Amino acid sequence: MNLLLARLIAQRVGTALLSLLAVSVIVFAITVLLPGDAAQQQLGQEATPETLAALRLEMGLTQSGPERYGHWLLGMLKGAPGQSLVSGQGVAEMIGERLPNSLLLALITAAISVPLALGLGIASAVWRGSWFDRGVTVGAVAVVSVPEFLVATLAVLIFAVKLKWLPALSYVNDIESVAQLLKAYALPVLCLCCVIVAQMMRMTRAAVIDQLRAPYIEMVLLKGAKRSRMVLAHALPNAVGPIANAVALSLSYLLGGVIIVETIFNYPGVAKLMIEGVTQRDMPLVQACAMLFCAAYLMLVTAADIFGILSNPRLRHP
Amino acid sequence: MNKPSSPVPAVHAQPVATAADSRPERRRRMSAAGVAGLAIIALWMAAAVFGPWMLAKDSGDMGDAAVFAPMGGAHWLGTDYLGRDMFSRIVEGTRYTVGVALVATLCASFAGITLALLAAVRGGMIDALMSRSLDTLVSIPSKMFALLMVAAFGPSVPMLVLIAAIVYAPGAYRIARALAVNIGAMDYVTVARTRGEGTWYVMRREILPNIAGPMLSDLGLRFVYVVLLLAGMSFLGVGIQPPDADWGSLVRENIGGLSEAAPAIIAPALAIASLTIAVNLAIDALGGSHRRSE
Repeated sequence: MNLLLARLIAQRVGTALLSLLAVSVIVFAITVLLPGDAAQQQLGQEATPETLAALRLEMGLTQSGPERYGHWLLGMLKGAPGQSLVSGQGVAEMIGERLPNSLLLALITAAISVPLALGLGIASAVWRGSWFDRGVTVGAVAVVSVPEFLVATLAVLIFAVKLKWLPALSYVNDIESVAQLLKAYALPVLCLCCVIVAQMMRMTRAAVIDQLRAPYIEMVLLKGAKRSRMVLAHALPNAVGPIANAVALSLSYLLGGVIIVETIFNYPGVAKLMIEGVTQRDMPLVQACAMLFCAAYLMLVTAADIFGILSNPRLRHP
Repeated sequence: MNKPSSPVPAVHAQPVATAADSRPERRRRMSAAGVAGLAIIALWMAAAVFGPWMLAKDSGDMGDAAVFAPMGGAHWLGTDYLGRDMFSRIVEGTRYTVGVALVATLCASFAGITLALLAAVRGGMIDALMSRSLDTLVSIPSKMFALLMVAAFGPSVPMLVLIAAIVYAPGAYRIARALAVNIGAMDYVTVARTRGEGTWYVMRREILPNIAGPMLSDLGLRFVYVVLLLAGMSFLGVGIQPPDADWGSLVRENIGGLSEAAPAIIAPALAIASLTIAVNLAIDALGGSHRRSE
């Protein structure tokens, strides 16, 4: 680890933190632009001016915008993002209840999709132009360019309705055996995997093929090495960085996919909570969830960038 | 803009067949896939414009048909959760899915390209400021931003158009700026500036015609993203609101028919897929070799 490398990474992390701060300004500003204010919305049109004023004072709406932003940001950082407007429950508890479920779903999906996608991506790069490669590539393009809920509904139709192997909804709360666990998670994980694998496989394939254009690969080919050896022994070690980059970027698709999947399977995760918040216009809850997702997204994107920096040998030996 | 890798992952599809792109003699004759793509797009456009007049029955007519009826007979695509004709519902939904997405895409591309041209021609502070602030916007995942906006302002159609335009303008800006900066360094642009032409003239007459081709294929891709975003929002119940319905809301409202494998739930989802895949095919066939990240 040399100085230049450390500085580049520090720069990336710094940029990410600044972006997160800017994102928090946007997330907060959207509520300030709201026609009327939260107190009015909560009490409805018939509220007396006195109760309205009291609630405004209690919610801190009498302060100026920047002041309120400061309080809000401080609360976010302390892990106390306020109270739900609808249930009056603390937002932190509501999210805390759901977060383990979402993390578990993400973890299982990542554990399955990463090896599968890397395998498929590398294999299709090795046999580039073959029927296998074409099939996998067309399949990936098809999955990426259709809506996530089509993949999910088709999966339910096939596995739950026609074959009756799996339940259409996941009942995470009453799991007693391993078999039940597998059944409850199979469909949500399958749908998320479809989307993630398609993305990751395409990026992996592109990363390996990018290496195959290098002159040293031509040399390997001219020496008479086998195609598989050329890819696995020569190109792959050099493609590790871009592949790690691709993995981190693809995992950030989890954030978008999980919203649809949690809704369609009625899975009690954070994304479902956020959708409930949006339909009830429960702004403190929505803001906290949005910040959580944006932070996760920025973390993954920054990780991808850092992998990219680390894998560049020119930066390691200046 | 000089980051090691773009913070925006490449969402779009890679060209499936790259062999046909580079050969000029193949340009004349379009591939069968391209023709099919254009035909499907034309069909949906026609459905969006003329559909409501061509339908024989009123789509709100619940008739005496069964709920979630299978395909065939009086109802080509079966019936929905209220016994309404599914085919009519989809045709009626076309103007929301295609129309709203088209308007939003045009807004996003127009805003993105205008700002990009301004940034490229003016340079300096204006360029840096715009690039930075649009980069920030990109660091919010698109669905997250859309959900936030809907939570704050409610899901009206103009709001949805605005949301999609804001979400996808930075992508258009980024690509148009990269192209425009290259063109801006050309001699004839320098000549125009020396001649004393104004910013607006240089933007519109010198640079715009030279980036129009790539930006058109970018417009097609952006349209696909917007369709998917809006359909996803409607599916989640925070997009087009009842009684109106786009294809995403049709899937949502008929989700109860999933256990009966009703065509009412699959047909609208397939309609979306046919549209997005058709646009992808058409871009490939029309020489979309200028594909870049979102």
